[in-house]
Amino acid sequence: MTDAINRRRKIQNTVWLTLTGVASLLVVVPLILIFYHLISSGAGALNVAFFTRLPAPVGETGGGMANALLGTAQLVFYAGLFGIPIAVAVGVFMAEAGRTRFGSFVRLVADVMNGIPSIVVGIFVWAWVVVAMGGFSLLAGAIALAVMLIPMVARTTEEMVRLVPKELREGGQALGFTRWRTTLGIVLPAAKSGILTGVLVALARIAGETAPLLFTAFGNPFWEWRLNEPVASLPLLIYQYAISPYDDWHRQAWAASLVLIGLVLVVNVLARSIFKNPYRSR
Amino acid sequence: MEDPTVARARTPHPPTHAGTVGRERAATSTPETVVAPPVPQVSHPSESGSRETAVTVEATDFSFWYGANQALKQINLKVPSRKVTALIGPSGCGKSTFLRSINRMNDLIPGTRHDGDIELDGESLFSPDQDVVRLRRRVGMVFQKSNPFPKSIFENVAYGPRVNRLVDSRRELEDLVEHSLKRAALWDEVKDRLDKSALGLSGGQQQRLCIARALAVEPEVVLMDEPASALDPIATQKIEELIYELKSDYTIVIVTHNMQQAARVSDRTAFFYLGELIEVGNTDVIFTNPKKEQTEAYITGRFG
Repeated sequence: MTDAINRRRKIQNTVWLTLTGVASLLVVVPLILIFYHLISSGAGALNVAFFTRLPAPVGETGGGMANALLGTAQLVFYAGLFGIPIAVAVGVFMAEAGRTRFGSFVRLVADVMNGIPSIVVGIFVWAWVVVAMGGFSLLAGAIALAVMLIPMVARTTEEMVRLVPKELREGGQALGFTRWRTTLGIVLPAAKSGILTGVLVALARIAGETAPLLFTAFGNPFWEWRLNEPVASLPLLIYQYAISPYDDWHRQAWAASLVLIGLVLVVNVLARSIFKNPYRSR
Repeated sequence: MEDPTVARARTPHPPTHAGTVGRERAATSTPETVVAPPVPQVSHPSESGSRETAVTVEATDFSFWYGANQALKQINLKVPSRKVTALIGPSGCGKSTFLRSINRMNDLIPGTRHDGDIELDGESLFSPDQDVVRLRRRVGMVFQKSNPFPKSIFENVAYGPRVNRLVDSRRELEDLVEHSLKRAALWDEVKDRLDKSALGLSGGQQQRLCIARALAVEPEVVLMDEPASALDPIATQKIEELIYELKSDYTIVIVTHNMQQAARVSDRTAFFYLGELIEVGNTDVIFTNPKKEQTEAYITGRFG
């Protein structure tokens, strides 16, 4: 009797553990397949020219994506420049005043914005910035990416600030610090590594966004430094090359995908190594 | 100013506890009291000489509520200057609430209210023109869980004086940091690694660093909320010795669950139970000859 029950429980245990293990494998397999495919199709097209030359004119083989690499870097840089300060400030506000009515309203807005399809962000920025400025531009692309970045970073900042023990905040206030001094001088430094991790993950995420750039940054076959001109980017070029009829462009699109996903991977690994919560480990 | 007996901190009770509740008020107006820097406000009766003690903190009919829940009921308590007053009682009795009312840390908790008053040197803590930021500088606090800032050891101590503009130069700041660390009996252990993270210190060292940090802003009163409850016996002993030394310059109020600790470090003991102040008196009297049955039951371990 009890033996039978015990055996049943053991079998159930094994079944459920196996199921979760299989599900976990299913998650890992696509990533491995993606990498395998990218490397086999794209690694051949990765050469010095890819990183240093402009795209070749239509019909010619060769050329590279140097301007798109630069463009993505510019877009991510400006998006971070505009977005990160706002996002961190909003995150701190949500953590400090989250219980008020306005605080929970802001959190709702951030969650909704996190869920907005990126193409909608692109259309919105097109209507408000591109039309107003009279043309596609690096600035519009960066704004679109910043709109994507702000809710992500704001929410992680909020979580990280909440992780800071309340004793630390009380410690500051017990010394006669004002609330903002406590927040800026003690709480934020304590949450620094977590916030930085969130920022890096968000930057990696927006670096790969395509839809918000379609009608904002638009793309550009040449080098571009000016904020008010269209600019090239890796995701857009991948899209453009992938739907083209040329085999050489297809290879380059694979190579660009490989570079992009490699960047995302590197940034994520970096973010993981940075993140450590001193109050958890000790 | 330094009492030679101070070094023997294990001596449970200094010879005299002359001030009785009734006489304490008189001292504030005694003309020949000596004003001793850096604590400007109070007379400084020497341990053995004076029979009177000034009152630094005085609660009058003080009640406190968390929402609908009354945590303190009409507390009347006088905290004498430059003595150690221990607040004891079972969990939830209100002793920590009372402690945190003295520097208004409870302000940070939403939904709280109070009635009655607490005065610091005759000045109401709750009057409209009381600046709570300034109050918290005058009334320092050490917490149950040591909470060093995620900064260097030096910065932990220096941050308060710098923000409160207590020093004019780097030199002065360094002196103040050294002085504070020495007062907290930590200097010798950390002087060679002041620029290292405070989070690398042991638990007992962290707690002494928090004491140094509190002393650096030159408070008059130091509140301690179970400062040694998370420490091993050796670190606890160091903290207790430190408390004993500090009382020559500071008025100390300490919450503790440890009866022996209360008996060892304090001059006066107040017993709280269910939000009421049951009994207060000189520590030796409370522990040997309490008037109330509840007090006796608690200190002998029959409940709590």
